[in-house]
Amino acid sequence: MGGMDTVGTFADALEGQSTVHVTTASAFPDALESAIDPPAVGTPLPYEGVSLADAGVETDFDLAALDAARTGVTPAGLGIAEYGTVTLVSNEAGTELASLYVNRHVAVVAASDLAPDMPAAYDRIDEGVAAGDGTQILATGPSATADMGELIRGVHGPHETHVVVVEDR
Amino acid sequence: MTSRQDRAADLGRLMDAEGPAVRERTEAINELSSLAQRSFADFADLRSTAREIKEHSIENLPTLIDRVEEAVAANGGQVHLARSAADANRVIEGVMERHDAETLVKSKSMTTEEVGVNEHLTDAGYEVVETDLGEYVIQVADESPSHLIAPALHKSVEDIAELFNDVFEPEEPLPADSEALTAFARERVGQAVREADVGMTGANFVAAESGSILLVTNEGNARKSAVTPPVHVAVAGVEKLIPSVRDLQPFTELIARSGTGQPITSYVSLLTPPVDTPIPDFEAGELRDADEREFHLVLVDNGRMAMREDEELRETLYCIRCGACSNTCANFQAVGGHGFGGETYTGGIGTGWEAGVTGLEGAADMNDLCTGCSRCVPKCPVEIDIPWINTVVRDRLNRSGEPDEFEFLVDGLVPDEEPAGIDRQKRFFGNVETLARLGSRVPRLANAVAGTRLADRVLERVAGVDPRRDLPTLATETLREWYADRGPRVDAPDRDVVLYPDLYTNYFDPDRGKAAVETLEALGVRVHVPPVPESGRAPLSQGMIETARSTAETVHGRLVGHLDQGRDVVVIEPSDLAMFRSEYARLLPEASAERLRANSYDVLEYVAALLEDGASAEALSGPTGDPAVAYHSHCQQRTLGLEAPTVSVLEDAGYDVETSDVECCGMAGSFGYKTEYYEVSMDVGEQVRADLGDLAGVPVLASGTSCQEQLGTLYDRDVPHPIELLSPR
Repeated sequence: MGGMDTVGTFADALEGQSTVHVTTASAFPDALESAIDPPAVGTPLPYEGVSLADAGVETDFDLAALDAARTGVTPAGLGIAEYGTVTLVSNEAGTELASLYVNRHVAVVAASDLAPDMPAAYDRIDEGVAAGDGTQILATGPSATADMGELIRGVHGPHETHVVVVEDR
Repeated sequence: MTSRQDRAADLGRLMDAEGPAVRERTEAINELSSLAQRSFADFADLRSTAREIKEHSIENLPTLIDRVEEAVAANGGQVHLARSAADANRVIEGVMERHDAETLVKSKSMTTEEVGVNEHLTDAGYEVVETDLGEYVIQVADESPSHLIAPALHKSVEDIAELFNDVFEPEEPLPADSEALTAFARERVGQAVREADVGMTGANFVAAESGSILLVTNEGNARKSAVTPPVHVAVAGVEKLIPSVRDLQPFTELIARSGTGQPITSYVSLLTPPVDTPIPDFEAGELRDADEREFHLVLVDNGRMAMREDEELRETLYCIRCGACSNTCANFQAVGGHGFGGETYTGGIGTGWEAGVTGLEGAADMNDLCTGCSRCVPKCPVEIDIPWINTVVRDRLNRSGEPDEFEFLVDGLVPDEEPAGIDRQKRFFGNVETLARLGSRVPRLANAVAGTRLADRVLERVAGVDPRRDLPTLATETLREWYADRGPRVDAPDRDVVLYPDLYTNYFDPDRGKAAVETLEALGVRVHVPPVPESGRAPLSQGMIETARSTAETVHGRLVGHLDQGRDVVVIEPSDLAMFRSEYARLLPEASAERLRANSYDVLEYVAALLEDGASAEALSGPTGDPAVAYHSHCQQRTLGLEAPTVSVLEDAGYDVETSDVECCGMAGSFGYKTEYYEVSMDVGEQVRADLGDLAGVPVLASGTSCQEQLGTLYDRDVPHPIELLSPR
C-alpha cells in the first residue's frame, strides 16, 4: 500500500482539519518536536528506528500525567487516504486515553499502512478484529459539534489533531 | 374550535417558536448532504449493498441474536434480551443496583429515548447526565428531541443561552455565542463523565460475529462514556444487528454523508467490549486494570420482532437513523420534529417507528404531514420507500376509525373500496374524480355553487377544506370533449402516442392538454386521448390503498390495448406519471406494472427525446421578447430525475431558465387545501418565492397541478405548464 500519491491524498483529505507532517525515520525526532505541545504522554510506536524516547513523551503514564498532558502521541494502525482517517487500536498501554483525554492528539502512521480507501481499510480492520484487536477508533480530525449553533472544533475529544506520516516505514 | 382548527393552531405556534431555527438548520444540512451524496461516486452501489445487508440481517435476525449472545459472552460481557421497554429498564436498573452505582452518563441514543431510560432511572433515584451537547440541552430544557440526530435543532443559539442562564444562573451571564456555550456545557458534562459509575451508549450497528458495536459521533462523548466508567451498558434495538465487522464498510461510508453531509464523522468507534483500555478512576486518582471492566449489551425488541413479521412495516427496521428524510422534507423544514413527530421518533420514517413501537394511534398525527412528495426516497441510504410506509399507516388508520354523523353525505356518493369510519376529509379528496365528473355535467352551475360562502362553510365543516383556498374551476369543455370534436390530425405519423387525460387536465385545465396535443403533433406524432380514469393518486394520497388498486387496474386495462399497438403513454401531470413509474409496482401484478413503467413518459421528457432523435426545435414556440422564465419542478418529478429534460427543452426553444431549489411547493395535492395544514403549506410555499425572488415580468412555470395552484396564489398570476409556453402558436 501507500505510494506518494496515497500520502498526498491523505494529506489533502485533512486540509483545514489537521496538521499533517510527512517525514522519514531519520527526520522523525524533528517532526515530532514540531507536533508536540508539552507536556506530552504517549504509547510506544511499533516502527523500527522510530521512537518516542528522548522526545519528552511519557509512555508509561499514570492518571496524573494523563490529566496534566496537553498532547498525546500514539501510533495509528492504519491511515485511510480517501478520508484522512487514522485507526487507533485500543490496548493496555492506553492508546485510547492518550488520544482522547488531551487537547492535542498526534497520530504517527507508517506510509506503508496507508490504505487508499474504505474497502481496503476494512480488509485490514477485519483482519485486526480476527487477531484480537477488536476495538479500533476511526478518527478523522478534531472532535466537533454543531449542537450549539456554529461548528465548534474541540468538544469532549482533542481540539487539535496532527498526523505524522513516516514515509520510509 | 374543531380539532382541525386546534391542530392548525398547534402547528402555527410551533412554526413561530421553532420554525426559524429548524428551517435554517435542516436546509443547510440538506444541502450539504445532497452535495456529499452526489459527489460520492460509489453512492448508488453502496446503498444497494447496504440495503442487501439490512434485508439479509432482518431475515436472519434470530440467528444473529444467538450469535451475538455467544460472542459477547466469549468476550467477557453479557447480552440481555429485553422484550419491552419495561424489561430494558429493569435490566439497566439491575446493573446500577449491583454496582452500587449512583450516577450514569449517556451518549446519544434514540432507543433509550424510546425506552425512557432517563425517566426510569431518575425516578429510581439515580443521576443521569446526557453527554452529547444537543441531548444535554434537551435534558436541561426538559424537552423531547426534535430530530433523530440533532435533538436540539429547534433551539437557536439565543434560546440555548437563555436556557442556560435561567437554569444555571452563572455569575457572568452567558452570551449567545456557540463557542462560549459549548465551553460551558463541555465543562459540566466533562465533570459528570469523570465522576460517573456507569457509562451508557447506544449502538449504530452491532456486529454479531465478534460482539462488536459501532458508534458514529463527532464530539467524542461516546468514546468517553464507553471508556471512562468501569461499567459500560450499550442499549440497541435488535434491528441493529448485522453479521460481521466487514459488513460495516458501506454504512461507514454512507451514514455521515446522508446524516450531516460530512464524508465521515470525527469518530467512528468500533468497540468490542469489555475493552483493553485501563480504567481512568478520577476519584481514586489512578489507572485501574482493564480486567475490572464490565459490559452489558441490552438488545431491545419492544415491537420490532412483530414489525419483522409485518410485510409493510418491516422496511422500517432497515433504517439507520441518519435523519436525511427529515432534512429533505418540506413540511419537516417548516414545523420540525415537535410537529412532525410522535412520542419518540420524528420525520417521515418516524411514522413507521411509532406505528411499530408505540402503536398505530401514536403515528396518527404525524402521518398526515407526509404528503408523499417522495423527496426523501432518493436520499435514504438504505433505499426505504418512506412515503409508502406512511401510506400504509394512513390506510390502517382509515380502517380503524368509527363512522360519524356525516357519513351518509359521502357514503352514497362515492364508489370507493373503503370502510365506513374513514375520515371524511380523506374520503372527499380521495374521490375527487367522482365529484369532478358529476360537476362537469353542469360545470357553470357547479362552479357557481362551489364559489359561494355557503359552499365554503359546508366544505369546511364536512371535508375540512380551508375557506382561504379557491377550489379549481371546472372547464366548460373537457379535454376529451375537445379532442373528440377535432380528432387526430397527423396522417402518416412517425410515432403514435396516448396522451393520458389526467383528472386535472381533463376537467379543470384542458388548455395544457391542448398544448401537449398540438406540440406533439407539430413534432410528427399522432395523439390519442382515450377515456382513462384518474390514476389512483388521489385515493392513494389519502391512504385509500384498495381504492387506488382498483383504479390502477382499470387504468391498466384501458391502456394495455394501446401498449399492444406499440403506443407510448405521455403524461402531463407528474404525480400521475410517478404512479405509473413507481407506486403501480405496489398495486398491480409485476408484469403489468413493468410494462406501463417502461412505456410512460413525462410530456417534456418525450419532447426532449424527439428533439434528440432529430425533430426540429423550430416547431416549438420560443420567446418573443425577454427570454427569461422561472421554473419550479414538481417534487415527484424531481425524484424521477425529470427536471432536467424540461429545462433542456425550454433552453432549446431559446428560453433562459432559472430553477428553484425548493424540494416541494407545499401544496402537495390536497395537503394545502386542508384546514389544519393551510398555514404550513403557505409557509413552505413562501420558500419558493424566497428562492426565486419576485420575478416581476418574468413568466413563472410549473409542471404539477398543485404547484401551479400554489405558485399562482403566491405570485398572484397565472402559472402555466411549460408545454403551454412551448406549443406552436
